[in-house]
Amino acid sequence: MARKTSPTQRAVVTVAAWSIGFLIFLPILWTVILSFKSETDAIRTPLQVLSAPWTTASYAEVQARSNYGAHFMNSVIISVGSTVLALIVAIPAAWAMAFQPGRRTKDLLMWMLSTKMMPAVGVLIPIYLMFRDFGLLDTRIGLTVVMTLINLPIVVWMLYTYFREIPSEILEAARMDGASLGKEILYVLTPMAVPGIASTLLLNVILAWNEAFWTLQLTTSKAAPLTAFIASYSSPEGLFYAKLSAASTMAIAPILILGWFSQKQLVRGLTFGAVK
Amino acid sequence: MGQITLNKVRKAFGEAEVIPGIDLQINHGEFVVFVGPSGCGKSTLLRLIAGLEDISSGQIVIDGKEASNAPPGERGLAMVFQSYALYPHMSVRKNIAFPLKMAGMPPAEQDRRVEDAARILNLSNYLDRRPGQLSGGQRQRVAIGRAIVREPAAFLFDEPLSNLDAALRVTMRHEITELHQKLKTTMIYVTHDQVEAMTMADKIVVLHAGRIEQVGSPLELYNAPANIFVAGFIGSPRMNFITGPEAAKHGAHTIGIRPEHLEIAAEGGWQGRVHLAEHLGSDTFLKVDSPELGELTVRVSGERGLNPGDTLRLTPRPDRIYRFSEDGRSMT
Repeated sequence: MARKTSPTQRAVVTVAAWSIGFLIFLPILWTVILSFKSETDAIRTPLQVLSAPWTTASYAEVQARSNYGAHFMNSVIISVGSTVLALIVAIPAAWAMAFQPGRRTKDLLMWMLSTKMMPAVGVLIPIYLMFRDFGLLDTRIGLTVVMTLINLPIVVWMLYTYFREIPSEILEAARMDGASLGKEILYVLTPMAVPGIASTLLLNVILAWNEAFWTLQLTTSKAAPLTAFIASYSSPEGLFYAKLSAASTMAIAPILILGWFSQKQLVRGLTFGAVK
Repeated sequence: MGQITLNKVRKAFGEAEVIPGIDLQINHGEFVVFVGPSGCGKSTLLRLIAGLEDISSGQIVIDGKEASNAPPGERGLAMVFQSYALYPHMSVRKNIAFPLKMAGMPPAEQDRRVEDAARILNLSNYLDRRPGQLSGGQRQRVAIGRAIVREPAAFLFDEPLSNLDAALRVTMRHEITELHQKLKTTMIYVTHDQVEAMTMADKIVVLHAGRIEQVGSPLELYNAPANIFVAGFIGSPRMNFITGPEAAKHGAHTIGIRPEHLEIAAEGGWQGRVHLAEHLGSDTFLKVDSPELGELTVRVSGERGLNPGDTLRLTPRPDRIYRFSEDGRSMT
């Protein structure tokens, strides 16, 4: 730890870090700024945009034109629902892979991960047709199931790495103490893995909340979440920057706030096991 | 009760045969120690008895009941792990009560048993702490507490003291021995430390490469080792082994003499030069180079003022020479 750094070095690194942070944050900041401008001011040059008067007109119009509340509820149901479903499947799966690995467990994990490398559009037609035939198009249940399946590999992987950190002797102690498999997972493994499970849950909610490909393809109105709500403002009628920005801000605000309050948990979860 | 019988118990992990077949009888109330070098299969054998590993063939009988395929929780055995394996998210009270809760015991009865165990183990003041807030010795006691509340048929200890410092290890050793005297329950204790084995056991089982080399009381193993392996493993410092013409004089392939059975003589015997002296105060351990016999370890009591470079003469106590045949078996 005691590596020597000069004040200049520290200053350079600090400025660089803040600059990169600002660059990453800039699109969000700009979206928020544009959302408080009039439609005519929003398409001007950046300097003119900044000096233009502030207004909440776009928000009022977005509210009047679409039902934010319904989209918000859809987003909550789909992201939370798919995360809970994924955890129910993934906790026992990750338990088996971490504590009772077979010869092919590593291959199975790699195969699961490899499905994430396939472009989603490659399976669009079969999934669309299945959804049509089962009457799942534009339903929250259908979308929740698809989200569950899409994020399952990541959930299993994350939980697997957390579970691997738990000493197997503790689970063996539970077995000696007469705990059945279910009780062992419920009373011992899960409470010990709470930090890992919490960060997996958070990350998965964020991923599902922001997922746009499937939500746009498989919903039209009834089950449309906030991603579809944003997309409806980049319409063929032309670009309405201010309204699009207002819709985007409203869509990302809840998840941004959630992320802000849980950032400690997220960082701890994502670096879990890196330092003993 | 607590009688455990192993009949031709065999364990293989894939191609690798770890335990080729063991027969062993453990009687009620006995303190049995499995001892051997690392990799000898002693922990695996314990885990087979516990049910944490499945046996490949053979039979395990606990109190007259076939238990070869019973799940660990149903064998009536309690285990204390090397790493303590406490539940870190539970208080000491909940840790100790966990097996009772799993057995579906009424909460009032659980409390009573936990309080009793805590009193026996001096843990009464720590019941509401988490394991993370306890010292190593206290954690070990919680692990023992979790084992005794169940009133098991037998306790299994898997190197329970190896994570403790030397002083605490001695204290805990005494506590476990006293606990055994108090409870009179069968205990099976795995260790690689032959001092623990000698001091605690009623019966020592010496294991080597998955086979039992000898079973006997500590002094039987010390006085009458069945073979070179047991002779070399039991006793500290290690027995000296001498081959060649000197062994042939005694009609053996190899003779063994314990360091405490070599005496410094004024004349006769073997000549040697001290090249290392370890002064413990009560004893002195000498490493002596002998031109005829190679290196010998000698244990002399007290201080003799011997230092590296000094020469001396050594004679073995004639009644304490162990003779071994070419295949390593004892000839006496």
